[in-house]
Amino acid sequence: MSDTGIGASVKRREDDRFLTGRGHYTDDISLPHQTWAYFVRSPHAHARIRSIDTAAARKAPGVVAVFTGDDLAADEIGGLPCGWQVTDKHGEPMKEPAHPPLAQGKVRYVGDHVAVVIAESAWQARDAAEMVDVDYEMLPAVVSVDDAVKSDAARVHDDLDDNVCYVWEIGEKADTDAAFDKADHVTTLDLVNNRLIPNAIEPRAALANYSAGDDAYTLYTTSQNPHVTRLLMSAFVLNLPEHKVRVVSPDVGGGFGSKIFHYAEEAVLTWATRKVGRPVKWTADRAESFLCDAHGRDHVTRAELAMDKDGTFLGMRVRTRANMGAYLSTFAPSICSILYGTLLAGQYATPAIHCEVTAVFSNTAPVDAYRGAGRPEATYVVERLVSEAARELGMDQAEIRRRNFIPKDAFPYDTPVGLSYDTGDYEATLDAAMRQAQVDGFEKRRQEALSRGRYRGLGYSTYIEACGLAPSAMAGQLGARAGLYEAGEIRFHPTGSVTVFTGSHSHGQGHETTFAQVVSERLGIPIENVEVVHGDTDRIPFGMGTYGSRSIAVGGSALMKALDKVIEKGRKIAAHQLEAAVEDIEYDDGVYRVSGTDKQLTMPEVAFSAYVPHNYPLETLEPGLDESAFYDPTNFTYPAGSHICEVEVDPETGRVQVVNFVAVDDFGNVINPMIVEGQVHGGLAQGIGQALLENCQYDPESGQLVTGSYMDYTMPRADDLPTFEVDTRCTPCTSNPLGVKGCGEAGAIGAPPAVINAILDALAPLGVSRLDMPATPARVWHAIRTASSGKAA
Amino acid sequence: MHAFEYHRPEKSADAVSALKKAEDGRFLAGGQSLLPSMKQRLSAPSDLVSLSRVNELRGIKVDGKAVTIGSMTRHAEVADSADVARAIPALAELASNIGDRQVRNLGTIGGSIANDDPSADYPAAVLALNATVVTDRRRIAADDFFVDMFETALEPEELVTAVEFPVPDQAAYAKFEQPASRFALVGVMVARSGSEVRVAVTGAAPSVFRVPEMEKALAKEFKASAIEGINISPDEMMADMHGDADYRAHLVGVMARRAVDAAANR
Amino acid sequence: MGISISLTVNGRPVSAEVEPRTLLVQFLRETLGLTGTHIGCDTSQCGACTIHLDGRAVKSCSLLAADADGAEVTTIEGIASDGELHPMQAAFKEYHGLQCGFCTPGMVMSAIDLVQRYPGASDEVIRRQLEGNYCRCTGYQNIVRAVKAGAEAMEG
Repeated sequence: MSDTGIGASVKRREDDRFLTGRGHYTDDISLPHQTWAYFVRSPHAHARIRSIDTAAARKAPGVVAVFTGDDLAADEIGGLPCGWQVTDKHGEPMKEPAHPPLAQGKVRYVGDHVAVVIAESAWQARDAAEMVDVDYEMLPAVVSVDDAVKSDAARVHDDLDDNVCYVWEIGEKADTDAAFDKADHVTTLDLVNNRLIPNAIEPRAALANYSAGDDAYTLYTTSQNPHVTRLLMSAFVLNLPEHKVRVVSPDVGGGFGSKIFHYAEEAVLTWATRKVGRPVKWTADRAESFLCDAHGRDHVTRAELAMDKDGTFLGMRVRTRANMGAYLSTFAPSICSILYGTLLAGQYATPAIHCEVTAVFSNTAPVDAYRGAGRPEATYVVERLVSEAARELGMDQAEIRRRNFIPKDAFPYDTPVGLSYDTGDYEATLDAAMRQAQVDGFEKRRQEALSRGRYRGLGYSTYIEACGLAPSAMAGQLGARAGLYEAGEIRFHPTGSVTVFTGSHSHGQGHETTFAQVVSERLGIPIENVEVVHGDTDRIPFGMGTYGSRSIAVGGSALMKALDKVIEKGRKIAAHQLEAAVEDIEYDDGVYRVSGTDKQLTMPEVAFSAYVPHNYPLETLEPGLDESAFYDPTNFTYPAGSHICEVEVDPETGRVQVVNFVAVDDFGNVINPMIVEGQVHGGLAQGIGQALLENCQYDPESGQLVTGSYMDYTMPRADDLPTFEVDTRCTPCTSNPLGVKGCGEAGAIGAPPAVINAILDALAPLGVSRLDMPATPARVWHAIRTASSGKAA
Repeated sequence: MHAFEYHRPEKSADAVSALKKAEDGRFLAGGQSLLPSMKQRLSAPSDLVSLSRVNELRGIKVDGKAVTIGSMTRHAEVADSADVARAIPALAELASNIGDRQVRNLGTIGGSIANDDPSADYPAAVLALNATVVTDRRRIAADDFFVDMFETALEPEELVTAVEFPVPDQAAYAKFEQPASRFALVGVMVARSGSEVRVAVTGAAPSVFRVPEMEKALAKEFKASAIEGINISPDEMMADMHGDADYRAHLVGVMARRAVDAAANR
Repeated sequence: MGISISLTVNGRPVSAEVEPRTLLVQFLRETLGLTGTHIGCDTSQCGACTIHLDGRAVKSCSLLAADADGAEVTTIEGIASDGELHPMQAAFKEYHGLQCGFCTPGMVMSAIDLVQRYPGASDEVIRRQLEGNYCRCTGYQNIVRAVKAGAEAMEG
């Protein structure tokens, strides 16, 4: 292994610009003569718009234009499309209500877009927005999934009979019911997966510019997948030819899912720039981010696990209600179905599983993918059930897991919920985690804590995820309206340096470093001679972007395919110049050799001759060395791991402190261990945040967002978190050329049940058996009090 | 934020007269509460009279009996003052946990107590230490200063110039933070001066308040066990997503005992 | 009505007329083009806009440009010298203390102030003193390591 190749902790090449303030985030970009947009947003969760009077705003100082939904309708602008169509359990398509970029007739959540004011300055736009007079007729709002399905619930969409988007199912119901019939023991849990707000630290922003000279549009936007934004916006919303639209995602300050989706602001700005004939810029303030970025999670679930008397799992039954919010965001319907129900086998050989998901509309912001997207929700169900079952049966949390793990010799393993796991060694990973967590010494630590009046607990989570989204054919069968391949291009320059173009997008993941490691190692050229380009539809052939831990598994594999093409072409060039047969040319570490001789050519020499083809097989080979590839995965990848959390609870205040957190993950091969470790840290912080701190709350009556700022939405801070102990194991992925599985979401998936299981373990002596996330001090204190008053009674 | 007129006088008297002339003006001290509320357009004064150049409002004076802190003194200056730490360590410690480090570098004691956020820390210190609020026109006893949520005894255009804290024999502040904002969900300051004990609670109710029952018990015996069993009624407590009235009432007892322990062990 | 201000930014004198409601961060980003200082929230919590005002870390989103009149301001663009990263910047790179980079300028400016105020700070002190800076990417662990290493390099 070289010190810059695959497996090396190469320092990140992108860091210098970020550390010196020279990054280029969307809000850092300004264009000459630009104007500023401010969106008038609904202050009500649900209301009919009687009228909108923009006259005063139009006359306000600096105002260039004011537009409403009527203006968009007059130009026949379409609604924001949904990229996934889920088929319900009766074979009918999901309900798919219109999603106008600016409201038509009704507003359906606080923050819904009503009008846009465009002015010379950001202040003037905002000042004038206050003069837009909207006459609302208030309607009753529905917020929670349980309220939304009531027969007398207010209807979010007038043209639908009720608020149900679809009822979807997976697994064999009859087999599962039969398993429950013969069970010795059934564990039942009612669970809430708390709603979260993604909170990338960079607020969303966009800057659109229409160039009349070439009748072309450029949109700078904070997107995780600029090509998808271009496709959706040009084809479905604005009816523009795709080749006339350029979408650029420059440096993006974190996404976590929330910047995958095509948002109204992007379409409205791109439309408006032509209307006003000037660039239009918009940057969300944090309050807007809270209201309008797509939220995550928000499930209510009843889950049951059937076992025999030894704790062997026989069947699992899951009923979930999932909140879609007011409209279907780009990926929303797939998150709580395809990416959720398919993961309910976890790491276990449960023979029968049936899951039914009811997706509902509500008067809240759209809900879509947030780090992990469906898989954390599934893991939370499975891992809470398993630990609760252990408690009920008086078994050890680790022992019940071991008893039910899919054994390492059973791969490939087909689950009863549609996935085929390729590799894994769950027991070895658990062993490693338990050693690291010093489980042996735990009882002593528990007693020591008790002597100080504190309760200690240990919680396990042995999770699996399906990443590397996704085999297109499989996704298509499941309702995807697009392919889920990735594209890449390797452009060798005549002087031996290489530009790599990838359809993946880096917004913190460090692709400029990891992808360069792969390319430099494969081509045998110094990493300094490799530049990675991403985030610009004019420079990159195509791309599906970054989400679902897919970048290295799918984007990296596309580059491997393109590299293979480069190497193969080079082999022919080398054969010609070395006067040998192509099959006699060996390639290794950037050097072509004639087998069994010392005749050789280096990769840069071959590249040079491809551009200066004086001695070149021109009759059979084109000059140049520039290859692109599309890679469509043949399977998901299956990262899996064991997380063990140790907590200490102050029973007087209810405060929970995570005193230790161990994560041992199997990500297959690792390109850059330093970056992988950083990804795990970040995921764990978000997972622990969900378990202890974060909770998006709407007022159940008014539908107002109660946690609308950092004053009430608790972000994890440095002193909320422990020093994590992370390690990796490796069973290489068998379905992609790099043997990689992906690491971006693992922490957020594994951590929440580990934390809650640990708290429940700690508080078991006090009789606490029920606790929902987030386990805030107030909640934990109430749980203790309720349990102790129950005992007294 | 909305547009406003800006004034930056160099003397207190000029600041007061500038505000008198304004239609709906405000003093701008450290700005750590006022500016965010203006940015969110929750507050829209016609004029801001910046006190940043009024140097006579800055500084800390300590004599044997009292610590006097100018109203424009930053929280960080109080937290870092060796003189304050020697005279009233609990006050320095309280200041060192207000907001975050950056906020402490700008936020001021005068701004904090004039704003009278129900969850702010300083009001607990002012009340428990029986401080005197000095203004451009009078001296106001702590017991008279805090009236209700965001409401003090200050008259329009009255300028806090300093706060005088008598030096107690023993004091400590125990704070349970609201997890998101890290303001006090419940903060309790206890102070003993001779045979007098004062217990002041912030965060729990619409305004900072004293707990006479605890004060009496602690005057007899300044130990945490002395107030074990003294329950606070939830009736007057605030309630929000971070803690209902029962929880806040319970925390008052817990934090009071922890404060007494800390004071006794100092 | 515009307010005239004169201040020193990264060692260079700057004079301008600003509208009273101009925040220091807006002045830095929009008037001076120093876009390294970021805006991540509107309630003075995230710390992405942290700069040094007369040598102390403050949130430039919670300070009027007019109130910075006469001050010495240092931003992330002003701490490297002669193309060499400041030791704290170098430590963040060495210990992978950044991912998306958005909170990073504020985090680095805060860290420099932190280690000056708390020489030899423990992990616990560093974590507590970073409460005014949010990072959504790193889980803070590598930031803490970087701050420690940066502190040693600065003291060294």
